[in-house]
Amino acid sequence: MDKFNEVGIRPVAISVDTPEESLGLAQKAGYTFTFLSDQNTDVIKRYDLVHVGAGINGHDIARPAEFLIDSSGTVRWANLTENYWVRARPEQVLGMAKLLEKR
Amino acid sequence: MNIRRFNWPLWLGFLLSIGAFLTYFFIFVWFPFTRDFPWANLVLFVIAGILLYLGVRRGFASDRPHPVRSKIVTTIVSTLSVVIFAFFVFTIFVEGRRLPASKGAPQVGQRAPDFTLPNTTGKLVSLNELLTSPINGTAPKGVLLVFYRGYW
Repeated sequence: MDKFNEVGIRPVAISVDTPEESLGLAQKAGYTFTFLSDQNTDVIKRYDLVHVGAGINGHDIARPAEFLIDSSGTVRWANLTENYWVRARPEQVLGMAKLLEKR
Repeated sequence: MNIRRFNWPLWLGFLLSIGAFLTYFFIFVWFPFTRDFPWANLVLFVIAGILLYLGVRRGFASDRPHPVRSKIVTTIVSTLSVVIFAFFVFTIFVEGRRLPASKGAPQVGQRAPDFTLPNTTGKLVSLNELLTSPINGTAPKGVLLVFYRGYW
């Protein structure tokens, strides 16, 4: 987390979990970054990341994806994995953060 | 029950199969090294397989006190273990790849769609705020948006 702050990147996690559920997760895992709740999948749909019926009880959830957005709001890196057990490693993202240095 | 007659490799192999399955989701999934490819669990399954092989040999041996019962129990337990392994392989390698195409997701060079969502305290936060409110006193260089399935 500090490594991200050092390079000026703000990590933000978004899911369909409620604020209370996200708070519980953050506290349990000791995460200090921002968690946002998209319970009705509005934003998830806007980013075309909806995974219909894949959640518990058949709810719609987000498929995993990471986007690095620069200060002008432009996407500089997008990572949509083929397998949802595979996620971007922090080192990968920090490497991408160097992209943002040049501008 | 005579300890020497107890088919411990069979039952240990079975328990290890269950352990090999569960430890992925409860332990190894937290470490990228063992999550991206579940080699640790495959190792556990191989060890379970060896134990089960020994257990099947013992269960079908001619000197069992109750040969018919031994064969039935051995067959059921070893089959269940194979099913657990197959389910694991399916869950990770097949189910894990069943993802929507997401062709409309923002690509490099496009503007990230705006949004305003509540944070953990219920306060509404916009993408613009995330991009502009300072981190330790300096303006952020960017935001890393991480969409995840959610935990329950």
